[in-house]
Amino acid sequence: MLLLCLFGVAMIYSAGVKNIPSPSLERIWIRQTVVLLGSIVVLIVLSRIPARWFEWLAMPLYIVSTAVLAVTLVVGTGSGAAEGVRSFIRIAGFQFQPAEAAKVVTALALAKLLAGQREGPAYLRDLVKPMALVALPLALVVLQPDLGTALAFIGMLFAAIYWAGTSWQLILFAASPGFALILSFDTRLWSAYIVLLVVALYLHRYRLYLVESLSVVIANLAAGAIAQPLWNSLAQYQRNRILVFLDQEIDPQGAGWQLLQSKVAVGSGGVLGKGFTLGTQKRLNFLPEQHTDFIFSVVGEELGFLGTSLTLLLFGYLFFRMIRMAEGLDPFSGLFIFAILGTWLTHVIVNVGMTIGVVPITGIPLPFISYGGSFLLMAWVAAAIIVTMARDAR
Amino acid sequence: MVASLLGLLVVVFFRAQVYRASDWGLQADSNRLRPLTLPPPRGTIRDRTGRPLADNTTGYSVSILSASPDSMMSSLNRVREHLEIGDSRLASALQQIEDRSPRPILLSVDASFDAVAALEERGSAFPRLLIETRPKRRYPAGEVGAHIVGSVGEINQQELDSEQFEGAQPGLIVGRSGIEWQYESILRGQPGVRYVEVDASGRIVGSHRGFRRVEEQPGGDLDLHLDLDLMEWIHHIFPEGLGGAVVALDVETGGILALYATPSYDPNVFAGVVDQEEWRRLSQDPASPLFNRAITAKYPPGSPMKLVTALIGLETGVISPTDRMPVACGGSYYYGGRLWRCWEEEGHGSLDLTGAIKNSCNVYFYQVALRIGLLRMLERVNQMGFGGTCGVDLPGETAGTYPEGPEYWVRRYGYRPREGEVLNLAIGQGPIAQTPLMVAQYFLAIARDGSAPSPAIYRDAPTTEGFRFEVSQENLEVIREGLRGVTEAGGTAYLSSLEHFEVLGKTGTAQSVEGSPNHSWFAASVGPRGGAPEIVIVALVQFGGSGSQVAAPLVSKTADFYLRGQHGIPRDTIQTLREYFQAGRNTAWALPANEER
Repeated sequence: MLLLCLFGVAMIYSAGVKNIPSPSLERIWIRQTVVLLGSIVVLIVLSRIPARWFEWLAMPLYIVSTAVLAVTLVVGTGSGAAEGVRSFIRIAGFQFQPAEAAKVVTALALAKLLAGQREGPAYLRDLVKPMALVALPLALVVLQPDLGTALAFIGMLFAAIYWAGTSWQLILFAASPGFALILSFDTRLWSAYIVLLVVALYLHRYRLYLVESLSVVIANLAAGAIAQPLWNSLAQYQRNRILVFLDQEIDPQGAGWQLLQSKVAVGSGGVLGKGFTLGTQKRLNFLPEQHTDFIFSVVGEELGFLGTSLTLLLFGYLFFRMIRMAEGLDPFSGLFIFAILGTWLTHVIVNVGMTIGVVPITGIPLPFISYGGSFLLMAWVAAAIIVTMARDAR
Repeated sequence: MVASLLGLLVVVFFRAQVYRASDWGLQADSNRLRPLTLPPPRGTIRDRTGRPLADNTTGYSVSILSASPDSMMSSLNRVREHLEIGDSRLASALQQIEDRSPRPILLSVDASFDAVAALEERGSAFPRLLIETRPKRRYPAGEVGAHIVGSVGEINQQELDSEQFEGAQPGLIVGRSGIEWQYESILRGQPGVRYVEVDASGRIVGSHRGFRRVEEQPGGDLDLHLDLDLMEWIHHIFPEGLGGAVVALDVETGGILALYATPSYDPNVFAGVVDQEEWRRLSQDPASPLFNRAITAKYPPGSPMKLVTALIGLETGVISPTDRMPVACGGSYYYGGRLWRCWEEEGHGSLDLTGAIKNSCNVYFYQVALRIGLLRMLERVNQMGFGGTCGVDLPGETAGTYPEGPEYWVRRYGYRPREGEVLNLAIGQGPIAQTPLMVAQYFLAIARDGSAPSPAIYRDAPTTEGFRFEVSQENLEVIREGLRGVTEAGGTAYLSSLEHFEVLGKTGTAQSVEGSPNHSWFAASVGPRGGAPEIVIVALVQFGGSGSQVAAPLVSKTADFYLRGQHGIPRDTIQTLREYFQAGRNTAWALPANEER
């Protein structure tokens, strides 16, 4: 993880190296280093706290964090390219993103909730509480609006309920309104899907209450029904991103620009890349947001396939280590680790995927590597908690 | 599941970065690199001694890299504060902006140094502006060579669309007239390409060396037959204030040693951006300096045509060299109910052919013409090639005018010609007009064996036969004997004889417009005494008056200058007999002077 972070600092440094010097971008790698060093200090401090404390503090922290998130909607400020988004709180000259803290805290609360149940969720109604728990901060984040972070919450939820022992059928039923939403853009596809869903529910009739089955169907129908109004309520840029995702050739000068340039950057990197700091797409400003959301494009351009595959391998190793740790720990710790894993995995898949066009463009940072103090700090806090848990278990 | 998701991503990246890397690589390059045309320097045009008529100097071009139409418009407007942009170029620039053309838009191919300095100084305000040095045409010979060397200009849309200029880019300099036009394919060369690196907003970040740079291929050089020193000498001695032309041909090769036309202009005004004001002034000048009088203007040839009459007479056997005409010259000849005059009112008396040529006696040639007859005369002269062009390797040559048959009069004047028309034709009057070059080619044929190649300006030009008399060498020698007499004592151009060289010439005084002085002709072949002629020179001085007074000394002095150079004789001594007399000196090489005739 430290390796990923150091790699991240290096890439942020590289992202600042451009032909037309940009003083603000040239310096951010220093800031990132400072935050990283601070985070390590926080890790050392936090790891002295007994792991139990986190379990006790989970619910109170959740309430505080959700409240702060709500306040952010009122007093929050934008930052950088996301000027219109109210996601930052400014205190005494420092900027902080409450949503990042909310992710860790919600993970704690979710773990606490699911660990408190004696058995794994066997029925859909067992999933109502955890879903509600996540839905609250998720809704607040959506209102900022920050869809990327909202996705991370969903990833967290499913990872946690999976670890809690929920059967895959249940998870699919819980997720089914999401599919309905996506499929509703084609009426025939959607109709076929609903029929399939009803058949599936019938086959599982002994595992589900009728009320549950009905509510799944209703939720799916509702998802289909709100799809159009929801689409209309999306901002133009969001709609464009989805349209571009569906047809990646359109409007290369406008809406398709970011994706096209990112693909050009990654693709032109080849096997070995153009060399550290030497990416032309980046240096000449063709790449958008090269130090945050599109940092992986810089990796792809400058370090080539070697860089991208090694980075993904490192993430894979990290996640593998986390799963192995979760296996040997108590339910609360395991659930927490999986909740965090779900969050980070969502970040990695969505962020890396969008640079190459397999996922629609979403403003979501790459864990440890993208520039951003709040995310980095909270990632280390999460790491600290996991380290504490592992230590206390011994 | 985690592994499969990450694995899937690795596969996707493999596809993009390994499998399709070259496609994306190309796209990244076309993102940041803008190709710029490197204009090739045109070939140098040199005279026979290597003196340049056209070479290259350094000019500046200004172009602007493409960006969004809005920003281009605002840059364009700001650039115009410092740089003058012609109307047509502005229009095409606006069109390119509208079309969102990715190519750089050329604003000037020849920006002044001041404008360039002003723009460079404000460089940061014009991040997309590209100022480059480029070869610019220069004409060191100035107005002396203007009509030969021609001019260049920027390629136009019509040419860009044509097959001849396939692949050419706007801004290419192409020949517009003269040699520049004629030998465009040799002179042009191949443009090269270099790249500049730009950032996403189109600002130039730097030139990108080493990337697929294609070197420009300079155009080929041209070596001409032309003798610039001789041209300048002609310019020096040509009667001041008068228009006209002098053509000098090398007897052996038919190469053009001089093709002088005046008035002229400074071709350097067309070397870069044509100044509209200057263009208007030149094209509307009543003296028409853009007009190449040596090959484009036609004049009644006058007396030099008498040799044609003599040749046809000899070849058809209607006269012999020693024949004297039944009617001796008494100053006029009566035919067809009217008197046909000789230029000598007192008359020449009875003459043989040599005497008739020496004295240019009209009455003699009237009678020869009547023996030949109108139809036969027309047929023979047309066979010789007087109705066509010489085939010179320059654009703009006009064909000579000579009636192709009796139909000419019907078409032109509405009546069948009477036999008397042949009297006019015999002395080079009537509906005849020839370019000075054509007269020179005709004299070249007399100086050679009766045939003459097409006059060539480029040393390696393919030569074709241009002119041919069906004539025996004996008869040609008779004609030459007559011409020799012209510059001997008693000849019409005696005073234009030379100390070192023999001039075989013929004066001509052709009627011009009513009330103006006549056009003055002299055509001659000149060479060492007793040797073969080496140079043929024809001079025409518009409204110059008598051929013997104006054109003859011009030709003699021109020949003398050239041949002295060829034979290593110093050029700083007196040339013609006239100058000896004017200096009050007698000479050993000329007989005592008779009265000038």
